[in-house]
Amino acid sequence: MTDVNMELNINPKEQQFISAKSYLLTASTDTGLNLYDHLSRVLTKVLDERPNNVVDIFEDVSKDSKRSKFTSDVDTVRDKLDQSTEVALAKVQEKLFAKEGGEDNEPEESEELETPLPNIMELCFFFEQAGIGLNREEMIRVWLALKNLVDTHALSHVRFWGKMFGTEQNYYIAEVEYRDGDEEEEEEEEPEEQQEEEATDKDGDEEGEEEQEEDDTPKPDFKPPPEIPKEENKTGTNKKTYFVCNDPGKPWTKLPAVTPAQIQSARLIKKFFTGRLDAPVVSYPPFPGNEINYLRAQIARISAGTHVSPMGFYQFEEDEEEVDDEDEEEEREEPDEPEPEVGPPLLTPLSEDAEIGNLPPWTPKVSSKLIPQYAISVLQSNLWPGAHAFAAGKKFENVYIGYGHKYNMDNYNPPQTAPIQEEFPSGPEITEAEDPTVEEENALRNAQQEAAEAAEEMEEAEEEEDDEDN
Amino acid sequence: MDSEGLHLNIDYVGSSGIILSPEQKAALQTSLVILKNSGKFHRVYFWGKILGVKDDYFIAQGVGRDEMENRKTFYSKDCVHWGLLPPATKAMREQSKLAQGRFTGDPSYEFEHTEQKKSEDGEEAGEEETITIKEEDRLSSVIAEIDEDVKIVPRSAFIKTPDGKINANRSFEGLSVSESAKLCSYMHFRDAICLQEKSLLQKANLDKAIDFMDTLEEDIPKGSWSLQFERGSGLVTLRSLLWLGYVFYHVPGTHMYGSCYVGNGEKNLDLPFML
Repeated sequence: MTDVNMELNINPKEQQFISAKSYLLTASTDTGLNLYDHLSRVLTKVLDERPNNVVDIFEDVSKDSKRSKFTSDVDTVRDKLDQSTEVALAKVQEKLFAKEGGEDNEPEESEELETPLPNIMELCFFFEQAGIGLNREEMIRVWLALKNLVDTHALSHVRFWGKMFGTEQNYYIAEVEYRDGDEEEEEEEEPEEQQEEEATDKDGDEEGEEEQEEDDTPKPDFKPPPEIPKEENKTGTNKKTYFVCNDPGKPWTKLPAVTPAQIQSARLIKKFFTGRLDAPVVSYPPFPGNEINYLRAQIARISAGTHVSPMGFYQFEEDEEEVDDEDEEEEREEPDEPEPEVGPPLLTPLSEDAEIGNLPPWTPKVSSKLIPQYAISVLQSNLWPGAHAFAAGKKFENVYIGYGHKYNMDNYNPPQTAPIQEEFPSGPEITEAEDPTVEEENALRNAQQEAAEAAEEMEEAEEEEDDEDN
Repeated sequence: MDSEGLHLNIDYVGSSGIILSPEQKAALQTSLVILKNSGKFHRVYFWGKILGVKDDYFIAQGVGRDEMENRKTFYSKDCVHWGLLPPATKAMREQSKLAQGRFTGDPSYEFEHTEQKKSEDGEEAGEEETITIKEEDRLSSVIAEIDEDVKIVPRSAFIKTPDGKINANRSFEGLSVSESAKLCSYMHFRDAICLQEKSLLQKANLDKAIDFMDTLEEDIPKGSWSLQFERGSGLVTLRSLLWLGYVFYHVPGTHMYGSCYVGNGEKNLDLPFML
């Protein structure tokens, strides 16, 4: 061997080099790569990119270069997954922007009509100064979605009420007022009629059952608490209608009117929203409705508690009794009889709001201490964390961004379960007795059979006697 | 989130209601740079805001090269002047749990907590012990607790070097969309608690340099994190339901991630009832 090398004029050092290089060139049995090519690739990459502190990330560069050889198959699948969700949402949101093109053709007419759409960008500017609200791009999308809502329904007044967070999805909520005399009334009458029918059906069933029951079975003593009558349409808590959507661009869903029973239950429970309107609300006491009703009840509570306006902005009209603004509620305990609950009268000044423990119910702030001449005033609610209001000159607005729960100094205590009902007392009319066991039944049956047989024999014997006699 | 590029990154958490006014952003940009220089930090993070009744605290943290070890916390009321918070000792943290209610906004305010101790024979009127807790101490303890409970980072964003130091992974390219939808791709940025309890089979699959922290899947109760995709799959937002107000964001496919807390500084102890 060495003779051959000597003949080829290769000295031992070169021979070592050649054997080392051929070792480096051996392909791996697992992957088919060889170290020589791999090292040359890595070094080329390092020399091309020249990152800092390359010796610290050398292993990562090496792994990356190995990985990059095998991703060609998987890429097509991954790309498809990425595009489906992002592109789908982008397409839905694109529709928001597409409508603008249609409106541009008739600019004059739209200027004449008063749009019920508020100037959200202006409000967004003020909110940003105050450090509350959502970021600008999202507000633009919300604004376009509200515009959609205005175009599809005949509304007199529209407001962005706020955003409610949920565990799976969020809710964007718009508060609207319909123009007078609209389809909306018919829709609401139908569910009312249905409820009345159901109520009469239930009464009918109960009476029927009672008649069918025998006198022996005890009649239940239980009377359900009297149902609190709903408020009339468009008054009190149902003065405004609410629409929600999960994302701007998705269709708006109208929330049903809220009933007093729902508000009462909502006061006793504390649950996160999931983001699906049809999700059941599993709680004790059982909430009468699904998440859509719970959402509506919380919106009603928050609106009643935190919608404020600068003093003197609204006035009571002297002729009529109607007032423009919402009332502010203080918590009161419900008496046993269903008397209608009354909060403090409308337009009560905030200084008369009840304190929570030692906390003032509202925290007033100024948006800028460095430039007080142009600063705006901001109010944050401590009772409903997430409810904000700002006022700047004549402009003011309320918004709610949060999870939809009241602030509680102590922890939440679920209400106690009802006491166990008593069993019907045993008296002379009804006593509980144990069922006879199998042996006793058999013994009884045998005894009866014997008695029967004995009686038959007796009869036969009598007949024979009779026959004999005859 | 990182103070560099704060004015851009704060947009990512805007959909969770976290907004800084332009004045605050401008002030923070200036003052955090000064803070980084004077404290000789490797990085300065804008940690978030703790809302008090009268005033809010802005919180920033400065870290050295090893991000878990030397963390110094600063607070400010106006985004310009920063004060160092004392590090939270165990005794301070135990005491702060007794102080209930909101922060007032005055760092020198003292909470009082009275405890009545009954003497051992069962006599009625015992001694009354009043413990005073300074608001500064309480602030420091709450921040330490929030960091320990909910501060998260994506998996493989940090690497443990052979000498035990924890460094940012420079070749972190972000999680893929499918990975970012799973809770197990996010890890608590603290010393591991649950890792030791895993079975040997599970441990064998872990990469020791990356998986040295607990993932979110072991969090109790389940469902205490809300994971949502915004902008299709362009942004992943994780909101903690245990500390309401903590938001973590990540843009899949890129190395952008960060977190921020804007809230009362009170733990949501009603969480099991609310799920």
